[in-house]
Amino acid sequence: MILTVRNVEVTFRVGPWYRRQPILGVAGVSFEVAAGETFALVGESGSGKTTLANAINGQQVISNGSVDFMGKRVDTSSPRQLKPLRQYMAMMFQDPVGSLSPRMRVRDMVAEPFHIHRVQVNVQEETERLLGLVGLSGEFADRYPHQLSGGQARRVGVARAIALNPKLIIADEPTAGLDVSVQGEVLNLLNDLRERLDLALIIITHNLHVVHHIADRMAVMYLGRVVETGDTERIFQSPAHPYTATLLSANPEPDPDKARNRISLPAEVPSLLARPTGCEFHTRCPWVQEKCLREQPHVNGEDLAIACHYPLAPGALPPTSRTTA
Amino acid sequence: MSVLNIDNLNVTFDTEKGQLRALRDVSFEVPERCIVGVVGESGCGKSTLINAILGLLADNGQVESGKIEFNGQLDLAQLGSQAMQELRGVQISTVFQDPMGALNPVISVGKQMQHIQYRSKLNRAEKDANSEQMLRRVRIPDPESALSRYPHEFSGGMKQRIAIAMALMMEPALLIADEPTTALDATLEVATIELLKDLQSQIGCSILFISHHLGVIAELCDEVVVMYAGEVVERGTTRQIFHNPRHPYTERLLLCDPAGQAERTRNLPTIPGEIPDLRVRPTGCIFAARCHCREAICDTVPPEVEVDGHRARCHRLAA
Repeated sequence: MILTVRNVEVTFRVGPWYRRQPILGVAGVSFEVAAGETFALVGESGSGKTTLANAINGQQVISNGSVDFMGKRVDTSSPRQLKPLRQYMAMMFQDPVGSLSPRMRVRDMVAEPFHIHRVQVNVQEETERLLGLVGLSGEFADRYPHQLSGGQARRVGVARAIALNPKLIIADEPTAGLDVSVQGEVLNLLNDLRERLDLALIIITHNLHVVHHIADRMAVMYLGRVVETGDTERIFQSPAHPYTATLLSANPEPDPDKARNRISLPAEVPSLLARPTGCEFHTRCPWVQEKCLREQPHVNGEDLAIACHYPLAPGALPPTSRTTA
Repeated sequence: MSVLNIDNLNVTFDTEKGQLRALRDVSFEVPERCIVGVVGESGCGKSTLINAILGLLADNGQVESGKIEFNGQLDLAQLGSQAMQELRGVQISTVFQDPMGALNPVISVGKQMQHIQYRSKLNRAEKDANSEQMLRRVRIPDPESALSRYPHEFSGGMKQRIAIAMALMMEPALLIADEPTTALDATLEVATIELLKDLQSQIGCSILFISHHLGVIAELCDEVVVMYAGEVVERGTTRQIFHNPRHPYTERLLLCDPAGQAERTRNLPTIPGEIPDLRVRPTGCIFAARCHCREAICDTVPPEVEVDGHRARCHRLAA
């Protein structure tokens, strides 16, 4: 395993100084990623996906648990110890244009990792090789970010991420803000590089359609906890956790005649300041039973882990489901 | 009769490097009590279209020719700014993509909802009652106390619903919704679509719904207009567009959507190439440079071919 995340918790302190209280942004998450594997973290906004990514990268102090990357602890490392590790762990941030410095040329941005990590290479040659690898011709090297389209800026982000031959790339919403016709390009590129360079990929996204095509395994997060993990194909075929089932059914598909067995969610996402008792999804779960209000379910199962007292049978419909044609 | 009838609309912008033709010969209708979706990728002229309808084009932009007929009589393209002001918010209202940006963060929701009723002669208490009722209709829990709260106290989905409530308050004839669900999570997106559908049938207005999300369009709209680089390449009913796309661009676009692929694939289809520079428009078909079935004839302007109200601009169909 190239990355092992064990029981990670991230605590934030919120509120004014006289009424400061801790909230758990990430509340005990564990998973492993093998070399050459694509792992997807899925969840709605506020579910702790990005915080978790920052914790893996060592940018976020964690309050419990451990993060092991290539056999070294990330969470307890000092910045000095982290630096060599970061060479093998690259980040791609959410906003493709915003994550590039507006005052640097593409050429300089792609070369930046070599300077930061003092890697002795022919920078000029390497830059051109990297830009070629992500499918940008030489004319782009002298452009500034504002002269790039979203897809091109994303490619520059990919070139920067793979510059130092990393073992792991964490891509935070790699397709957000991109057009449908370009989305495929970026995903194909990442996938192609993963195969060629034997990279492990962590994709953070809320776009389930993308996950279906690109990820080997996935974890669904809700309120900072993983509610279901497992093989992507299997989860898409028969989601076992009610929240996963809801997310999958809430995915509008481009077919006006498709019958939609939509599971509607009542209420809003609960506040992290007042986590519900028992199973934290019980306030919105259509299948809720008495036990769910009292006892917190624990993750069970190894291959397909579900945090639910009453996992769904394949194709289960909620008691109050509506079918709209 | 249609609420909105856009006929051969041309919009240009003057830029330092010459004139940019943002919309070329755009024609479509929004029938009464109908939801019309406009799909297209960035740079296709969706926003320019909205701004042209609302009379909010930037100073360097102008409607060069064409008509924007509203309610069968008024030509919005010729209307003065004063007359346009009278229409906006009463007859035509808008919901934008970013709900936070649409609400003033330092004024309570109730006050803002009073403000937008400035044309009404009602007193404050009556206006508040109106607002409360509207908030109830968009399913804001505890609408009475919601009036005294500020935008930051609501979640993104609730803010968008408040924005929708404000837009529909005067029961307009036309609601323009510019990517209203893009900033929302999947579960909220679905809830917002259903809400819009319900309100539309209650109020009986028409909606011009702009989105790049094909799934949302398929679910919500009755008719669809597909735009590419400032031109309408295809339009028809939602079923015609999604089940039987006739323009190569629409065909490819549907194919590119990962949701359209039932089979799991590692190699997602794309449309190679880029949108043409609108300052130097190609003489022929606008999509020719990226088209997978390009022929020599594509260098001439393609005809618009109609079958059962399903129109597409492509040479392939004329043959």
